[in-house]
Amino acid sequence: MLEIRNLTRTFGGVTAVQEVSFRIRAGTIHSVIGPNGAGKTTLFNLITGLYQPSSGQILLEGESIGGHPPDELARRGMSRTFQNLQICMNMSALENVMVGAHMRQNQGLLAGMARLGKLVRAERACAAECVELMNFVGVGRYVDADASQLPYGALKRLEIARALAAKPKLLLLDEPAAGLNHTETQEIDVLIKKVAAAGVTVVLVEHDMKLVMNISDHILVLNYGKKLAEGTAQEVRANPEVIAAYLGGAAAH
Amino acid sequence: MKRALHPGLVATLVILVLLPFTFPNSYFFDVAIRVGLSAIAAIGLNLLMGFAGQVSIGHAGFLGIGAYASAILTSSYGWPPLAAMLGAAVLVALLAFLIAKPMLKLKGHALTIATLGFGIIVLIVLTNEGRWTGGPDGMSVGPLAVAGWQLGNEKQWYVLVALLLLVAIRLSLNLYDSPAGRALRALHGAEVAAKVAGIDTAAYKVRAFVISAVFASVAGSLTAHYSGFITPGLAGFLRSIELATMVVVGGMASTFGAVIGAALLTVLPQLLGGLESYEMVAFGLILMLTMIFLPRGLVPTLRERLRRAGK
Ligand SMILES: Nc1ncnc2c1ncn2[C@@H]1O[C@H](COP(=O)(O)OP(=O)(O)O)[C@@H](O)[C@H]1O
Ligand SMILES: [Mg+2]
Repeated sequence: MLEIRNLTRTFGGVTAVQEVSFRIRAGTIHSVIGPNGAGKTTLFNLITGLYQPSSGQILLEGESIGGHPPDELARRGMSRTFQNLQICMNMSALENVMVGAHMRQNQGLLAGMARLGKLVRAERACAAECVELMNFVGVGRYVDADASQLPYGALKRLEIARALAAKPKLLLLDEPAAGLNHTETQEIDVLIKKVAAAGVTVVLVEHDMKLVMNISDHILVLNYGKKLAEGTAQEVRANPEVIAAYLGGAAAH
Repeated sequence: MKRALHPGLVATLVILVLLPFTFPNSYFFDVAIRVGLSAIAAIGLNLLMGFAGQVSIGHAGFLGIGAYASAILTSSYGWPPLAAMLGAAVLVALLAFLIAKPMLKLKGHALTIATLGFGIIVLIVLTNEGRWTGGPDGMSVGPLAVAGWQLGNEKQWYVLVALLLLVAIRLSLNLYDSPAGRALRALHGAEVAAKVAGIDTAAYKVRAFVISAVFASVAGSLTAHYSGFITPGLAGFLRSIELATMVVVGGMASTFGAVIGAALLTVLPQLLGGLESYEMVAFGLILMLTMIFLPRGLVPTLRERLRRAGK
């Protein structure tokens, strides 16, 4: 589904991602782990078109998409959440989710101003669908709330609902469990499994090792922008370099 | 999701119907008409500033172009007023489209300064092209006539402006609750989120700019016919600031806020009377006090207070 070849991105003197290559197969849960500053978010920003690669290639279903604008990539079936929340605080919670469904709606300004019967019916259907998504991710009780009224944990899920509203083929989640308590993390675990079971390919960045080891089909370990190791949970866990660089440190916490 | 019976729209309709019965003389009609015309322009500017979060302090430039294009097309080319108004709107739309692309690439203050520059250029052109515009002395404009029927007195103008205001409110409310309206508000709230949701944010900014310019153009054309005489001041910096202040004071993204902002900023100077030269100071003061006490603007703040009180 997605293939990364020798991807590099530098910021001034810092090489945030360096010569990274890997493949993500359709229908799997693929995790990217590594210490803070390892380049995970930068990798996501490159894949989703928010950053231009310095060099290397990104192939989505065989087509080179490196540096293409994010809205085009969204139309090709990519969707994501953000480590630092990107919620529209000037809108209601439900409207935020409906923004995710934008691509499937009549996008015209004039159509919006005319608001003819057809658009009204589509809006009703879209709202109902998005309410269901809010229920699905567990924020159904905030349907009538403004986004600014939601607690942090709910906002994290609201982002997932918004990403799902796009009906993506490839969903990238950047630390969905960060800042959540134990119960909430377990709920996210179940949620990601449900999403994957519905046929969505998931790429996950997460620090919670239990969550990662539990749900990933494949794990990529980054360290200082470089690929340190790759494989199944068992393979990665057994890799001495990974233990030294990352898991050992994490276990010591 | 409610359609025809938006409570705010019904309230506005009732107010617009009852208001004339409280007017002792035609001066009141005149003020009301000017409020309505400003409100139409402010509703349009709100689509750009309130919805999409792109601040323009040059929108009177479009108002001026609309007014002068209507005046010139009717007087020098003999176009019927409605055709001229439409022609002016098309011209403004094209112009706005052409300047929007490079302009909206700019961020924050740079964009605002660019709109300021645009307004100044329009003012200079209107002042200097005396052959067409009458220069700083201004030019007279014929009355608004539709199919031989001429709008003569203030009462007829009041009815027309009231109807157009209701239409403008309806269009704005419709847009607010539509995919395009959400896209505009989303790129205001979290631009990267909008982009990764598949929203072409640059294209939407351009479209909001064009639509808001067309609202200003129509308001300008109507103002020209109503006043019967226009001067370049119509496109001036003070007018641009006034329009932006109406949007901010009323409340960003609030359609009724734009209307209330227009009413406040048109009526207050009348009440303050002979303060003409201090008008700018009054606007500055209103803007400052709003920013301090009602940072989100009148309507959103009051709505929030009411909701809290209701709980
Ligand atoms: N926009 C940027 N400008 C400059 N440096 C950046 C930018 N984005 C990321 N970096 C740098 O790239 C490195 C990797 O950051 P990041 O991808 O956020 O890591 P992670 O998500 O793994 O914690 C860090 O050193 C960070 O400072
Ligand atoms: Mg990160």
